[in-house]
Amino acid sequence: MKTNQIVTVDNKQVPIEGERNLLELIRKAGVEIPTFCYHSEMSIYAACRLCMVDVEGMGMVASCSTTPTPGMVVKTSTPEIRETRKMILELLLASHQGDCQTCRKGDDCKLLALANRLGVRDVRFKRKGRNLPLDLSSPSIARDPNKCILCGDCVRICSEIQGVGAIGFAHRGAHSIVTPCFERDIATVECIDCGQCTKVCPTGALTIKSDTTEVFTAIQSKDKYVVAAIAPAVRVAIGEEFGLETGANAVGKMVATLKMMGFDAVYDVSYSADLTIFEEGTELLGRVTEGENLPMFTSCCPGWVKFMEQYYSDYANNLSTCKSPQQMLGSLVKETLPDVVKKDRKDIVFVSIMPCTAKKFEAKRDEFRVADSPDVDYVITTHELALLIRERGIMFNEMEPEAFDMPYGFNTGGGVIFGNSGGVSEAAIRFAGEKLTGKKTDDYIIREVRGEEGIREVEYDFSGTKLKMAVVSGLGNARKVMDNIKAGTSQYDFVEIMACPSGCINGGGQPVSADRLARQKRTEALYRTDKMLQLHKSQDNPYINDLYTNFLGKPGSHKAHELLHTHYHARSRIKSDRIETPAETDKLPVSICFGTGCFIRGSQKLLSQLTSFISANGLEDKVSLDATFCFEKCDQGPVVRIGDETITHCTRVKAIEALTEKLNLHANA
Amino acid sequence: MSEAVNLLKRAETYKENVKDIKKRIVVCAGTGCIAGGALKVIDKFEEVIKAKGLNVAMTINKHEDGYQVSGSGCQGFCQMGPVLTILPENIMYCKVTPEDVEEILEKTILGDTLIDRLVYTHKPDQKSYPKKAEMPFYRKQSPVVLKKCGSIDPTDINEYIALGGYAQALRCTTMTAEEICSFMMDSGLKGRGGAGFPTGRKWDLTRQSVSDKKYIICNGDEGDPGAFMDSAVMEGNPHSIIEGMMIAAMAIGADEGYVYVRTEYPLAVKRIRAAVKAAQEAGILGDKMLGTDRAFNLTVMEGAGAFVCGEETALIASVEGKRGMPTPKPPFPAQKGLFGKPTSINNVETLSTVPVIFEMGADEYKKLGTAAAPGTKTFALTGHVLNTGLIEVPFGETLRTIVYNIAGGVTEENGDISPEGLKAVQIGGPSGGCLTQEHLDMPLDYQNLKAIGAMVGSGGMVVMNHKTCMVEIARYFMEFTQNESCGKCVVCREGTKQMLDILTDITQGRATMEQLALLEELALVVQKVSLCGLGKSAPNPVLSTLKYFRDEYVEHIVNKRCPTGQCKALRSYSIDAEKCIGCGACVRKCPTGAITGEKKQPHMIDAAKCIKCGACMDACKFGAVLA
Repeated sequence: MKTNQIVTVDNKQVPIEGERNLLELIRKAGVEIPTFCYHSEMSIYAACRLCMVDVEGMGMVASCSTTPTPGMVVKTSTPEIRETRKMILELLLASHQGDCQTCRKGDDCKLLALANRLGVRDVRFKRKGRNLPLDLSSPSIARDPNKCILCGDCVRICSEIQGVGAIGFAHRGAHSIVTPCFERDIATVECIDCGQCTKVCPTGALTIKSDTTEVFTAIQSKDKYVVAAIAPAVRVAIGEEFGLETGANAVGKMVATLKMMGFDAVYDVSYSADLTIFEEGTELLGRVTEGENLPMFTSCCPGWVKFMEQYYSDYANNLSTCKSPQQMLGSLVKETLPDVVKKDRKDIVFVSIMPCTAKKFEAKRDEFRVADSPDVDYVITTHELALLIRERGIMFNEMEPEAFDMPYGFNTGGGVIFGNSGGVSEAAIRFAGEKLTGKKTDDYIIREVRGEEGIREVEYDFSGTKLKMAVVSGLGNARKVMDNIKAGTSQYDFVEIMACPSGCINGGGQPVSADRLARQKRTEALYRTDKMLQLHKSQDNPYINDLYTNFLGKPGSHKAHELLHTHYHARSRIKSDRIETPAETDKLPVSICFGTGCFIRGSQKLLSQLTSFISANGLEDKVSLDATFCFEKCDQGPVVRIGDETITHCTRVKAIEALTEKLNLHANA
Repeated sequence: MSEAVNLLKRAETYKENVKDIKKRIVVCAGTGCIAGGALKVIDKFEEVIKAKGLNVAMTINKHEDGYQVSGSGCQGFCQMGPVLTILPENIMYCKVTPEDVEEILEKTILGDTLIDRLVYTHKPDQKSYPKKAEMPFYRKQSPVVLKKCGSIDPTDINEYIALGGYAQALRCTTMTAEEICSFMMDSGLKGRGGAGFPTGRKWDLTRQSVSDKKYIICNGDEGDPGAFMDSAVMEGNPHSIIEGMMIAAMAIGADEGYVYVRTEYPLAVKRIRAAVKAAQEAGILGDKMLGTDRAFNLTVMEGAGAFVCGEETALIASVEGKRGMPTPKPPFPAQKGLFGKPTSINNVETLSTVPVIFEMGADEYKKLGTAAAPGTKTFALTGHVLNTGLIEVPFGETLRTIVYNIAGGVTEENGDISPEGLKAVQIGGPSGGCLTQEHLDMPLDYQNLKAIGAMVGSGGMVVMNHKTCMVEIARYFMEFTQNESCGKCVVCREGTKQMLDILTDITQGRATMEQLALLEELALVVQKVSLCGLGKSAPNPVLSTLKYFRDEYVEHIVNKRCPTGQCKALRSYSIDAEKCIGCGACVRKCPTGAITGEKKQPHMIDAAKCIKCGACMDACKFGAVLA
């Protein structure tokens, strides 16, 4: 340590060790500075102004946007700082809709906590809460703009970490809001339902859309057979909700609790994760042999799947056709259980318990229903389950562990580690290794695919057959990898992509932890669980081997395809409001995009030019001209659609050329 | 250097073309005069000239002898617009209409007679001033930046060149970047946009940042209510800004620049676009700037109408296509600016001053103004004065000279000179503070204004008479900043909202003294803790009016009375029984039926029903309604 690299924080000497800002350094000194808008993994925003500290010679500065320099003398609390912080909270509380008792955020609200912590006992300003409409359009996320304190955390995590940008700021001053584009409902824009915004939102402005009531009602209903299925990552996080040590595996307690709550059977999604490995592993080996549709992308993560459909649909055929483990199990349970329990398909209710909010969206996809009956009826997140348990008054910590129901409760370590980024790849390597070499080994730990980086490249050598793989988590990273693949600068055989940074253990439905090492601890916990299980390789799961023998035939069979596979398609980022008018006339439809990108590139001028061309040539009866919304080619505007042809970078000349060609007449302009 | 020849040639051609012009009519085509109909006047000139076959040129392209009519940027005397100046006599005609055109041509141009009714008559001394330089409005001014602005044709690059334009940029091509920066530091020029940071220092910091790419941005996002200096320069002398940017680019090592103009200035956008195009065609701008091996290209960009985009980091975000929101400093734009590259952002007036300083020399320039603030400053003079308009005075000039000499004194609502004189001057717009009678003789410069809680700002100057309610003024400016806050940082977004709320309560008689204390406490927090300059300066109007007019606040709060009678909610209407003849005119106008009374008997107003609309007062011919 260089002796001159010292900052004095509240009389304590603290060395500068490459901290990004004063706030991190002060944290290291053991003082928790209040902040809403600072998150170490995101850009510095400096908007909440709560992290003010006093630096000798500089006065009050925001510690998040101040670089520590040697010799700085910092006071983290002075009467002025105290009063300032209190006033900031008073200001926030004054414009916040303070119906805390019934707030969706429950008691996890950071605003409430900070107001308490800083001893705000009086709001001297007039309460001027807003009364904006709620947005409950999404299956995964509930938006209450009246609770928003505009810290911008959601906006930044969505664009910076997830590379999506489904929400942004609009309007100015006190009218500022966080909103999807054009103040649409969140379900109609490019949100991929990952729920990371709900995790960083300090208040009840963005919360998980709750399905607990529906689940509660189903359990209580006498004529329903209700099945619960627990995803791998849930077991190492639920304990945090009940004060257990971070990373404690509480799966036995969960099973016992769910049984007590009235579930008829409790299954493990790790089982269908094992099943996924059979199907996906076989698919991968097939594609590698044929050299087709490579790289193959994993399809377990619905957030990633929607992201791919929206932004990289050229690669839809590269996605594994496997359904996700949740959907495989739902499909299997709904197919096989009616005979076993003597109930109709419609009376079997499949509830999955997920670390994930996007699974709620996935369960509602049209691909995953038979007639009107969905394969997965309800998805509740880890956090929602904790709420249900608390509501029921069940003392979770006191529960004696119980075992899953068979056959869909048996799992290997290969299925369990699906909850970690790299887990699918590791289980797949365990599978492919033995398939390719034909030899059984006792080794199972594949360190190469483990790690904390968001993009990990691995070339794995299966005794001569080399597979180039990438393990990606966080969709911002996925975007980078996809752009490289598109540009031809990266080549892979297999790419695992999970929408949430570090994978499902850090999913949007997981508890928000105060422990900054929570992610690592949960990851380690799943690897530890793998170690403690007798079986580590999915292919060794005896119940799955039985399933193939007795029911499915072999991996990739017709039956397996029917139940366990699907196809994904290009998806528009914005659900269009366009009303397709029935073709009552035989006019040639011409649409000019008036979205922002096209507008600033001159679509208005183009519209007037075409209007005058049409009237000058007496084409009013032959052409119907209208302005429309986004064609999602915003960087190539103006975009004009004439008949079935879409013209980018459209000019008057280009449009008239196409128009004349289509109308088969000569332009006289 | 081939382009040098080109510049000289253009100058020579221009001079050759105009050498036989005997008289020139310069019609002000600034925003104010255009609004008053200046363009119609110009059209009329063209029409009459054609119809009569007069030897008058509308554009100087070829050799023509006789007379010339041209448009110019703002000539400053907006109060009397549309104005025109006749050269070489320097005669100014005011409030010119198309109907006057024929007479002007006949009498003043072809003949040599003055048209008395178009000559300015100064109300206080009832004297007529036909010569511009002798008019009280112009007499005390020292135009440097605005010198060419009101005379040259902004659409004619050759005229700018003929008057020495682009020669300084050309001279700078032979200087090193360090030399340019140290010249500027020596001149003492400070940024004219508000904060007053030394321009040379800013350039030098940007120069020292190592990068493969640098930018120069001209900040033309003038948004203060009541300020129009920058629009006048952009409209009236766009080439001076381009030349200033070229010099700045050479000083910092930039090869690309942006002119960011607020979209509400369509004329400025048009003129500056045309000027950039002309400079490109002349080889002045482009990949071979002035025929040298260095490139300098300019893009003109329109803002989207946000006041906060005048703040440099927000402006950068806006140019980058993002929402205009400030970012924390450091990093400063000089280190990390547009697209992450070192960037110098300078205000229109600053950049326009640059070539002038190079022409005059730093020493000569420093003779203007004060030692701490050399040079001149333009101010947009509005409010309760006889003559509003655009002025330029050296730093160190007093408010007294500006208000009483240049502007001709403080007026009442009806335009008569106010016997009570000045109440206050709001300087620096919504970010500034107010000056009062006690500051009339204080030399105006950065330091003095800062010391009393005001600021030079961009140079808006709103003069207020004794009928102005200072609480209402503070409320007005707070409403402005509240609407224009970007909404990013809590103290600015929520703080301005709450301050506005309390101020509104005060003007409506609902506030308590506790609220006044809270207002002050909050104002200090917002000033100290806000992220950017907009928030930091938002409380200034409140704090400075509280400093000088606290009694007025207290009167509103304690006695529920507005001393100026301006706050409508605090008015109470009554009828003077002595004056009322019971005609019933007020009864017929009252929308709520609050007035009752027998015919020909004094009437009464029921305060419970009265909504204080003032209709009765307007209706009464006998001055019997009191407020």
